[in-house]
Amino acid sequence: MIRDITLGQYYQANSVIHKLDPRTKLIGTLVFVVSLFVKKNIAVYALAALFLASVIKVSKVPYRFVVRGIKPIVMLLVITGAFNLFLTPGDVLVTIWKLHITAQGVENAIYIVIRLLLLILGSSMMTLTTTPNELTDGLEKLLKPLRIFHVPVHEISMMMAIALRFIPILIEETDKIMKAQMARGADFEHGSLVQKAKNMIPLLVPLFVSAFRRANDLAMAMEARCYQGGEGRTKMKPLCYEKRDFVSYVVLALYLCLAVAGGILFARIMPTWASVLKGN
Amino acid sequence: MSIIIDHLCQVYEPGTSMEVVALNDICLQITDGEFIGLIGHTGSGKSTLIQHLNGILKPYSGSVYFDGADIFDEDYDLKKLRSQVGLVFQYPEHQLFEETVFKDVCFGPKNMGLSQKEVEMRAYQALKMVGLEDEYFYQSPFDLSGGQKRRVAIAGVLAMKPRVMILDEPTAGLDPKGRDEMFALITKLRRESNMSIVLVSHSMEDVAAYVERIVVMNQGKVMMDGSPHEVFSHVEQLEAVGLMAPQITYVMKRLKEEGLPVLGSEMTVAEAAESILKLLNR
Repeated sequence: MIRDITLGQYYQANSVIHKLDPRTKLIGTLVFVVSLFVKKNIAVYALAALFLASVIKVSKVPYRFVVRGIKPIVMLLVITGAFNLFLTPGDVLVTIWKLHITAQGVENAIYIVIRLLLLILGSSMMTLTTTPNELTDGLEKLLKPLRIFHVPVHEISMMMAIALRFIPILIEETDKIMKAQMARGADFEHGSLVQKAKNMIPLLVPLFVSAFRRANDLAMAMEARCYQGGEGRTKMKPLCYEKRDFVSYVVLALYLCLAVAGGILFARIMPTWASVLKGN
Repeated sequence: MSIIIDHLCQVYEPGTSMEVVALNDICLQITDGEFIGLIGHTGSGKSTLIQHLNGILKPYSGSVYFDGADIFDEDYDLKKLRSQVGLVFQYPEHQLFEETVFKDVCFGPKNMGLSQKEVEMRAYQALKMVGLEDEYFYQSPFDLSGGQKRRVAIAGVLAMKPRVMILDEPTAGLDPKGRDEMFALITKLRRESNMSIVLVSHSMEDVAAYVERIVVMNQGKVMMDGSPHEVFSHVEQLEAVGLMAPQITYVMKRLKEEGLPVLGSEMTVAEAAESILKLLNR
């Protein structure tokens, strides 16, 4: 039941995308996100969707699996869409009771939903193809220059690695405790909101207890192995760019140029939706 | 009056690269009052199997019948089933949550919708049954020792007065003394109530002396099913899947191979001693 959450999950496969340096993927995701905000028009989104689709194809992660990650954010999409639809001022198309749907509202709603979808799918592609360890390694190396400003980069990335590592453990633990309490007749699905919240106590108390126990164990284990933070610490597998990373950077640069150029050009040719919907 | 498992299959993550067939066409029958040892290597599917018996996991295909009714039918009362088929998970002490031991044991019967008086009576009986002294009843369960916590957790399931009791590795992580106490408790449960008991374990040695029937699982399938003597007479097959017969069985088997008239499948030291004495007195 709780295993359906794919956000931040890793999907094991043997593909070029999986083998890329995590730094490449981090920057790639950043470029992708930036490209979505270049210009608000269909050309940019179509290009982004095409780019994303080819990345998914190359990564060998099944489409079904990627799309499953949208499920938890459907509500968010609907609400954001609705807000944009009803609350954007402009030329009124339809009026339902006290709510006005404007041409600009329709435009905004469609764009924001597409943008959010691409954003979530794009970033989930990164987590699906990169293990949490690689991810934090990459982040640590990318942020290294910040050490000049006394930012504890290593400590931050260590905390992130531990937090990420604990997500599946805690999910599994939740699943286990839930089952154990269900075996004792607990009910997590029915009842009013207040009742439901109360029913969570038999789940949350053991979960917190076990989280603290695990944190304690981990601290002990780290100390037993003489762990100490950043200064002078070397890596067992230092990150190293390879040919495929340079190729990816070239592809990314091309994609960004295309998105910017396409977005600006298309904006000149294409009339705004407002003018289309008004009929002139 | 029994549990019938009918062609049960379970598949995790079907259709992805992580697809795992956890249970493969399991057919079993558990009749009233039986004492069964469910044995298998880690990952053989035994924990998955028992979670189907009280409807916590839904099967991929196949079904489970309790008293003749399919428990996965839409309108089957799963809550009632869970009070009749008591399931004690691995490390059950991790499920304790209440402020006092007594309150925690009340959780199960309270969920059954019984009256306050009945709930408290059952909790008291259950705690007595597992042999916990009165002085602990109003302490926090988190202050108890590991073995005591586990007994409290078992009492939490016992208080629902189940007709079938399933215990998943009840001795895992206990010291030898705790283990002996746990088996003494299970034997006592068996003697004082006519519950069916399913004992899940990966250790042959542990269950051999207690159970009447052994079901051996391997890679999601039932590999052997029979009395302990029957099962332990196939030592080679057991070893092939990473299981061991009790040590004493190996000794007796060697004696038999040397041409001495012993059974060769004795499971306990007492049994072996009896065989050898018979041999000497001949």
